[in-house]
Order: sequence, then C-alpha cells, then structure tokens
Amino acid sequence: MEKKTTTVNLTEEEFVHPGNRACSGCGLSIVYRMGLKALGKNTILVVPPSCLTVLQGLYPVASSKLPVVNVTFASTGAAATGVRGAMKALKKTDVNVVAWAGDGGTSDIGIQALSGACERGEDIIYICYDNEAYMNTGVQRSGTTPQGVLTTTTPIKGKLQKKKDVPSIIAAHGIGYVATASAAFPLDFYDKVKKATTLPGPKYIHVHTPCPPGWSFESRYTIKIGKLAVQTGLFDLYEIENGQFRLTGASEKLIGQKRKPVTDYFATQGRFKSLDKELVAGVQEQIDAKWANY
Amino acid sequence: MHIIDSGNVAAATGVKLSRAQVIAAYPITPQTPLTEKLSEFVESEELDAQYIPVESEHSAMGVCIAASTAGTRAFTATSANGLLYMNEQLHWAVGARLPIVMCVANRGIGAPWTVWNDQQDSIAQRDVGWIQIYANDHQQIIDSVIKAFRLAQAVSIPVMVCYDGYLLSHTYMPFEPPEQEKVDNFLPPFATKHFLDPENPGNFNPVTLPDIRPGVDGKIMPGYIEIRHNLQMDLLAALDVYEEIDTDYKKEFGRGGHPFVEEYKCDDADFVAVCIGSLSYHLRDVIDSMREKNVKIGVMGVQIYRPFPNEAITRALSGRKHVIVFEKALSYGNQGALYADIKSALYSCEKRPTIQNFILGLGGREIKTGQLLEVLTEACNSPGTAEDTPRWIGLKL
Ligand SMILES: Cc1ncc(C[n+]2csc(CCOP(=O)(O)OP(=O)(O)O)c2C)c(N)n1
Ligand code: SF4
Repeated sequence: MEKKTTTVNLTEEEFVHPGNRACSGCGLSIVYRMGLKALGKNTILVVPPSCLTVLQGLYPVASSKLPVVNVTFASTGAAATGVRGAMKALKKTDVNVVAWAGDGGTSDIGIQALSGACERGEDIIYICYDNEAYMNTGVQRSGTTPQGVLTTTTPIKGKLQKKKDVPSIIAAHGIGYVATASAAFPLDFYDKVKKATTLPGPKYIHVHTPCPPGWSFESRYTIKIGKLAVQTGLFDLYEIENGQFRLTGASEKLIGQKRKPVTDYFATQGRFKSLDKELVAGVQEQIDAKWANY
Repeated sequence: MHIIDSGNVAAATGVKLSRAQVIAAYPITPQTPLTEKLSEFVESEELDAQYIPVESEHSAMGVCIAASTAGTRAFTATSANGLLYMNEQLHWAVGARLPIVMCVANRGIGAPWTVWNDQQDSIAQRDVGWIQIYANDHQQIIDSVIKAFRLAQAVSIPVMVCYDGYLLSHTYMPFEPPEQEKVDNFLPPFATKHFLDPENPGNFNPVTLPDIRPGVDGKIMPGYIEIRHNLQMDLLAALDVYEEIDTDYKKEFGRGGHPFVEEYKCDDADFVAVCIGSLSYHLRDVIDSMREKNVKIGVMGVQIYRPFPNEAITRALSGRKHVIVFEKALSYGNQGALYADIKSALYSCEKRPTIQNFILGLGGREIKTGQLLEVLTEACNSPGTAEDTPRWIGLKL
C-alpha cells in the first residue's frame, strides 16, 4: 500500500446502516464501519457471539449491508474456512472471506479453530477486536484482559495474570500478514484491512477497541483513551509482513520520543482502580524494556 | 456390477457419487478409513471437491455449516466422542436448516475408552433435530447416503447416516455402486433458496426475539418459537418426503421399498423382535431357527429413528402378542431409548402387545446367536411375565 488513506480520499460508501445496537462511544462501531468500507461489497463476514452479534441487530432487521453468517463461539476460524471452501468449489475467486470476532472469541474459545485455519493457510482475513474482556456477557475477564484490571469475575484484586499476546501467537504460525491497529486511528486500520484484501493466505489484524461501559469511562473519551494506549506504548501499532516486524503510524512516530507515562492511561478508567503502585511500576518497567528494543 | 469392499468404502463411494463439494473431516476410529478414502478420491481428482482436513470435529461441522450456508453440498463423518464433540454444532446446523449429510460409524463412548461398536453415540444425539437413518448392510449404506443428500436438500434438514462400527465399517461385503449418470438424475445439483451472496446480502442466524416482529418492509417475521415449531412440523413431514424419495430410488435402482421399518417374516408373526442396525440381520438366523420349531416370530429393523416413524411402527406391531426390543444403547437412568419410543407409539393402539427390553453388545461385547435364541425363546414362552425394566444380555457380574 503506497498511499495512506486520509479523510479526504476515504470512500464515502457505507456498509453499516446508520443506527445500530452498540453502546454509544463503542470502539467496535468505529472499526466495524471503517473495516467494511475497506473490505467493500464483495465480502462475506463470519461472526461468533459477541457485541458484534448485538450490533448487527435483531431478526429480521440487520445493520450491515454485507452477507453475514453468525456461527458458534468456538468455530469462527473453521466457518471462515468453510466459506472459503465453498467459494473455491463455486469458482468464485474474488470474494473476501472475513472472520470478525471479539478478543474472548479469539484468544480463548476460538483459538483452536483460528490456529487450524492459519496452519492450513486458508485464504481468509481474521479481525479480532480487542475490548479486553467478555463484554457481551457483562465484562468478565478474557485471555487478553491486562493484569490488574477489574472485571466481574476479577472483582476485587483485578486479573492476576498478564494479557495474552495473541498477535505473536498467530505470527508464530508463520502466516504472511499480522497487524495491530486501534479504533483511535481508524485510517491506519482502514489501510491495514485494505492491504489484507490484496494478500494471499491467512491475514490477522488485532484491533484495540475501547469500551466505555466495560472499561468504565465516559463515552466521549473513546478516541482519547485509545490514543493514550498507543502513546504510552502499552498497545503498539505494527505490521509483521512475511516475518518482518515494523512499527507503523502513531507507534512508529514514537521511536526515540518520550512516551507518556502509563499512569496517564490508567487514571482515565475505572477498571484500573485497584492497581497498586508496585504493579504500575512493574508495568512501566516492562514497557520501557520493550521499547528499548524497538 | 458388484464390488467387494468395506462399509466405509461403500459410504465414501456414495459421497463421491453424490458429488459432495466440500468435505471436512477429522479422524476417529472406526470412521477413519472413510475420510481417508475421500481424501484419496479428491487428490486423485475422481471427485471434484474441497477436502479440508480440520483440527477437530467441532471445526469439521463448522466448515460444513459455513460451506452449506454459502451454497455448497457439504459432508463430514465421525464416530463416538467425535460426534459428541460436535453437539453444539449439530444443533446449530439444524437450527440454521442446512442440508448437510454426515455418516456416523457407531461406536461406544468413553469413559472408559472403547473403540468397539454400540449405538450410544448417535442415540445420545436423537434430540438435536437431525434426521437419523440406520443402514443394515453395505448396500444400504451407499444407497442411504445418496438418498440422504436428496432428503436433506428437499426438507432443509441435516441427515445422519449411521452404521455399526467394525461390524459394517470394516467388514468386506459385496455391494453395487449405482451408475453416476443415474445418480445425477436422481440427485439434482445442490441448490438452496438462501445462501451467502454479496449480490443479495442477508444476515444468517442472527439474535431472534421470543415474539414475532415486523421487518423494515412491515412483513411480520417469526420469533424463535415459531422457527422451532416449523422445524418440528418439517421434520414430521420429512417422513412422507423420504418415502417418496425411497420409491423413486426403487424405481431407478431396484432397491429399497422399506424406508421406515424393514420386516422379516413378520406377516403372520405373533412375536416381533425389534432393533436398529446390523443386529436386525444377525437376528434373521435366530428367527429362522425358531420358525423351524413353529414359533411364529419375525424381526423388524427400524430404518429411520428420527423423525420417529410412529405410524409405521404401530401398523407393524399392533395386534401382535409380544414385542421384544433389543438395544445397543440406553437412555441412562431410564430404559432403552428405542424401547421407550416404541412403547409410546403403541400407547394409542387398541390391540396393544406386551413389550420387553433387552440391552446388549455395549462397547462391542460379543452378541452370541445362542444367547439371542435363548432369550427370544424364553420371551415367546412366557410373554405375560415380562417386566418393564430392561434386562441385560450376557452380563458377567
Ligand atoms: C459455547 C459458548 N459459551 C459461552 C457463550 C456465551 N458468550 C456469548 S458472547 C460471550 C463473550 C464474548 O466476548 P468477546 O469475544 O471478547 O466479545 P465481546 O462481547 O467483548 O465483544 C460469551 C462468553 C456462548 N455464546 N457460547
Ligand atoms: S459493551 Fe463495549 S464493546 Fe460492547 S457494544 Fe458496548 S461499548 Fe461496544
């Protein structure tokens, strides 16, 4: 992808109807709208249970203009495989087959099917939107919930374990394209999805999506908080193309720059209320060490 | 022309003749040779299909669900724990009304591990809404697979073709594969009204409310309970559809004619032994030797278990003296599932026979003809004394 998309040349065509069932300020709403623009009409979506199922609307009303198949929680990667298999059987070569799942559906229950699809080299795009918990069932911990976060299943001490690094796990399958993105940088996400449509084999995009009720912040701060996650170096934007890692966009610009302290990010959300000083210092150290290697 | 091969190869040949387009498979004994054979057909280009070697049975059904939704003829096969691992997906496939066909080579379930035959695996899935057809020999396996594809498509309900592991899956027997051209006539290319299509987008299997609701065009659409009611009605109606399909098949290929139950020496029988699968052929020997002693006995194999052929069963059993149900499965905590179903079918009969239940062969325990003869003779001698709790044959406690 040579030229970066800007608000000036972004396509005006919409594939999400105005008005849907997501909460106001939902990070997923932003990336879903952007992602479908990038994918375009010739796309079939595979969706497991998640906030996206709800966003799609209640039968017989649908909020997106693309064909969607809702599937069971654990089967997203397999279902995308099945759609691609059918497209091959029908000799339809120009359809984007896109799985779009939450972080719980990806990092926990669905990882087996996703891993299988990656290993088999299925020609699919898998987008994981990471709101860092099971939001659809009411904010329970997931594999990608960061350490110390309060959820309804980690209600007092916060999650004891670290966030599972799903993009690295997927990258370890040796697939051609793994990228991260953020709802706070929708055009960067748009370009990454667009690029994914041009590449063969499995493509994985992990997009950070702030969630006002789940993270406990006012809905007007979605972008601000998403940006802070990147600016503090907690969530990095990057691409791994054919094994080559490189920071992109806002993260790339941070190289050699002073990053904001992670406390700035933690202070914005109720879910970090019970973080103790030691943990915060530990996280800051890990982030500094990670960035020292960039 | 007859060939001599295993039941699994008979099944695979049926799938090939049916021109399945997407095949997903995960190995489990005793189904494995079937998937291996299919992979061979696809790699050698004898069958133009996508063969997807998935990482689990849950995924195998996931591939079939999506491929079928996308408008292709999908097939998978499994046994025992593989079938149980699919349970969530089985419900999904039928709720989504997908014409998937699956073979189940029946095997006992762990724990403890067993690889040998009984029918607990598919019987445990009787309430998911899939159609269940049981084959008694290799010819019925291949014929049933072809008929199953047509049935599934006609009623938009997935179909399981079950056959006994090892007893059929691995034994060699002669069978006649129908000619491709004739199968093409009998089974039209795959087509569904709704499928995933960017030209005509739709949202499949979305969240559905308890109540009916208008769409954007004002048209009232069903709630969840209506959708489920329709499934139940269509399942019951599937019996008639299957009968028609079977009649057509008989016309074209000369085999069939007993889609619901297959009777042997039942015409004048006072006593009828009932069971599912290859055991009904095994029992024919026993019945023959009892007939020599002038016992009026016959055997009836149940060919389709879900939807349950209530009418055919009452027709076949009403007015008999005594019915003896043999089962290689249980509804644990109660009785044999088939026994309970037959009892309930006979409830409305005026001339209701007495009925008795035997459990046998679990986990591959050998079923000895002598034992069958013994219990049947006893049952025929004192039918009135039969108790309602199942008796187990050949237990060594
Ligand atoms: C087999 C199964 N287990 C549990 C559930 C309940 N469930 C539905 S959505 C969901 C959480 C989804 O979380 P995530 O994938 O992170 O997406 P989010 O809701 O956060 O958007 C769960 C646990 C289910 N639908 N299926
Ligand atoms: S709970 Fe969070 S992720 Fe789900 S719709 Fe609301 S804001 Fe979006």
